Amino acid sequence: MTEMFRDKVDVSLTVNGEPVEARVPAGQHMIDFLRLELGLTGAHASCEHGVCGACTIRVDDDAVRGCLMLAAQADGTEVWTIEGLTDTNAIRDLQEAFVVRNALQCGFCTPGMLVAAEELLSKGGTPSRAEIREHLSGNYCRCTGYEAIIDAVESVAQGRAGKGKA
Amino acid sequence: MTIPFNNPDRPNSYIGKTVPRPNAAKLVQGRGRYVDDIVLPRMLHVAFSRSTVAHAKIGTIDLEEAKAVKGVVRIFTGADLAEVCSPWVAVLAHLKGLKSPPQHPLAVDRACWVGEPVVAVVATTRAAAEEAASMVIVDFEELPAVTDTMTALDKDAPVIHPDLGDNLAFRRLHEAGDVDAAFETAHKVVSASFRTARHTGVTLEPRSILVDWNPAEGQMTAYHATQAPHMMQTVFAKHLDIPESRVRVICGDVGGSYGIKVHVYPDEVATAAMAKVMGRPIKFIADRLESYTTDIHARDHEIEAKIAVDADGKILAMDVDDWTGIGPYSVYPRTSAIEGNQVVNLCGGPYDFANYRAQTSVVFQNKTPTCQYRAVGHPIAVAITEGLVDMAAAAIGMDPVEIRRRNMYADDAYPATSPANMKFESLSHHASMDKLTEMMDYDALRADQTEARKQGKYRGIGIASFIELTNPSPFMYGIGGARISAQDGCTVRMDPDGSVVALSGVTEQGQGTEAMLSQVVAEGVGVDPSNVRVITGDTQVTPYGGGTWASRGAGIGGEAALQAARALRASILEVAAAMLQADAGRLDIRDGQVVDMDSGEERMPLAELGRIVYFRGDTLPKDLPRELVQTRHFITMEYPFAFTNGVQASYLEVDTDTGVVTLLKHWCVEDCGRVINPQLVDEQIRGGIVQGLGGALYEEIHYDEDGQLLNGSMADYLVPMAAEMPDMQVGHVETPTKESELGAKGAGEAGTAGAPAAVMNAINDALRPLGAQVTEMPFTPERILRALGKLQD
Ligand code: FES
Ligand code: FES
Repeated sequence: MTEMFRDKVDVSLTVNGEPVEARVPAGQHMIDFLRLELGLTGAHASCEHGVCGACTIRVDDDAVRGCLMLAAQADGTEVWTIEGLTDTNAIRDLQEAFVVRNALQCGFCTPGMLVAAEELLSKGGTPSRAEIREHLSGNYCRCTGYEAIIDAVESVAQGRAGKGKA
Repeated sequence: MTIPFNNPDRPNSYIGKTVPRPNAAKLVQGRGRYVDDIVLPRMLHVAFSRSTVAHAKIGTIDLEEAKAVKGVVRIFTGADLAEVCSPWVAVLAHLKGLKSPPQHPLAVDRACWVGEPVVAVVATTRAAAEEAASMVIVDFEELPAVTDTMTALDKDAPVIHPDLGDNLAFRRLHEAGDVDAAFETAHKVVSASFRTARHTGVTLEPRSILVDWNPAEGQMTAYHATQAPHMMQTVFAKHLDIPESRVRVICGDVGGSYGIKVHVYPDEVATAAMAKVMGRPIKFIADRLESYTTDIHARDHEIEAKIAVDADGKILAMDVDDWTGIGPYSVYPRTSAIEGNQVVNLCGGPYDFANYRAQTSVVFQNKTPTCQYRAVGHPIAVAITEGLVDMAAAAIGMDPVEIRRRNMYADDAYPATSPANMKFESLSHHASMDKLTEMMDYDALRADQTEARKQGKYRGIGIASFIELTNPSPFMYGIGGARISAQDGCTVRMDPDGSVVALSGVTEQGQGTEAMLSQVVAEGVGVDPSNVRVITGDTQVTPYGGGTWASRGAGIGGEAALQAARALRASILEVAAAMLQADAGRLDIRDGQVVDMDSGEERMPLAELGRIVYFRGDTLPKDLPRELVQTRHFITMEYPFAFTNGVQASYLEVDTDTGVVTLLKHWCVEDCGRVINPQLVDEQIRGGIVQGLGGALYEEIHYDEDGQLLNGSMADYLVPMAAEMPDMQVGHVETPTKESELGAKGAGEAGTAGAPAAVMNAINDALRPLGAQVTEMPFTPERILRALGKLQD
């Protein structure tokens, strides 16, 4: 079989800070690789065509849809999922704010929502409510009506800005 | 001893407070366990080959290519499963005349809608199952399809189920007073046609089930994303011929339900049937296209309605003719006649008037079956009622708030019975309206609207009062013969360490059931909510119950939990009294300590009592009862339903050049009786409002005239996203129901019930100076431009 038509691809990447080497089906999506092969079930598959954001993960500092990316494309990347972001306390304030504000109900959107929100927050500054809404407008939540999510993200932005000043 | 709810400083006052949800932390950490996260040894996956046409005779089925796909283990047809699974018929005795044909897990001779499962492929991976399913070749011999509701009963319309005679599934006419006379003599009569679009729930987690059959034990275990585990236990047992006691349904984390996951779906029953045949666990997770073509749809109604008022704005009569198309089958076991029936029950709900006629006609058609979805029938009835009331107000030049005040049941008029024969224990329309107008500063908003108009901006205020049916008794399903429990139960026990475990028959779908139960039990026993572990969603473990639907979790499940907790408290105190040689009536439990009731002096930690009871029972008097486990059940008896009420308002701006609606703000005042957890209730309301806003502005399933579903993806079926949604202010009036000590009524559907009508009225308020009016949901830019006459053809 020629290089072009391989149906399995070798990848080497880091996932949540740990090195991963795997031989993946060429057509396998990143979300399925994470969920099925690595047992990282925190990110969810829902629409599987890039609309709902439930599968959002962090790849090299960007919030990326795991259902639109192939596992084969992850070679050489640094991938973070909700599990790793939790273990490293990287978004602890955001997670606590979500719990305190009840910015989740069923929780199915939440891991993706947190990764998307952190992408905005990591840029620094205190985004307006409209900017937060805009940034999260690719993450569907059927339960909350969004307001609590916006509140939680806003409070973390303010909290981090306040800490920066202090 | 009853709990003095009105005293916020009482001991253990957790009911009425915002306490954290015990299950939220795991969900933000990605540690939820939804069905698709579960992997069992030797697990297989199923994918379905589905009907590609709306109505067809099933000819030959060619499985050769599908069987050749690597990983395929077995393929089932409708005939195969008909041998192991009996068909079901979704009728209820109290819905007189309702008819529906037998339905099989896989279509046998005929396919009746696009998406109906026809062949099931079981394989070692989902990818292999899906690939093979796409290679199944079914010869569909097309039959004429019925797609239009209004012509489904015409003489020349094809009859979908010839055995049933015609396409009428159900019809109900209700009449009170002398409607025709009232209309003839009225000062003003206003009529309108309304239309609500076909919606579906779009749960973020698709329908999911994993079924394991253990032939050695003769036991089926279904891990199921469902709202009603016990109902599903009964269904699997009955149709797969297994003793009910040998079916265990486990419902872990569920990624959103909203009524979608309370029905019996053929592909899910098929999954269970195949697991039983194969003796191996089989998982089915719907993909998004399957969600659109097979999750139940709802709200596909066309209505002609009119209202008569006198010169003072008093409502004299209402007349409603409602039509809905429900697909080819009534959905099991709740049936698809309930929604139309609710429209008849609920129109005119807030208003004290005498002459009322409403008819619903429920017809079969070749589209996805419809059934109960969040706020069943309410958004339709509220849109009809509140739309007409606003139009009548405009016709006689009266303010929309004023006309409502003149017609709503007085707050001291209860108990009352509506012209639709709904019984109201106690409602608070006027107090709610007062609170709403104060919250939104109605007069200032009107001034802002006038100011905006001067600048060429078309802003509108829309008001929608509503009633909502919650806490259903057996009058909803049980009396019709369905094995759907209106009663619910809770077992509360104290373990040796003094911690408390509560097992409840109501389920958690994200709305906060477990938090609600933890605080009710915490207060009932006298421990901190963090010391209460709540277990729900396992038919082998929890008391038998109905689950979560029709806004019953807090009102029914909460009361059972309170009574069980109070009973446990009494048992604990009986033991404590013996140990302390005190009078049980003079002791109390506070924050996990047995204390002296009057002084609050600590007498003994519960952990010490637990140690003695469980390990040194020999030191207690021989006859002393020491049952630190108590179970109580609750069912409502006096009223068929606990009605709640509320009122919503929308403020929005219409761009008359583009037809785009911008939501500026939304308000809701709601009376769900005792509020157990204010934050959870408010977020239920907000989530519900946004679901209603989706129906008002975006959501619509489109079919072509052949019955092909045209927008089966989240890119094409628009749902509310964060950027377009407004901030929402929520307020409460509390009128507890006297049927229970807790006094809670349901809160989960009120937002969805009233939001679409509020938006419709606001848009029409904005457009009124231009002589335009919209009544067909969703109010898309196109429909608004047409109403404005800016788009023709
Ligand atoms: S599952 Fe990836 S965006 Fe929806
Ligand atoms: S919390 Fe359920 S979808 Fe967002």
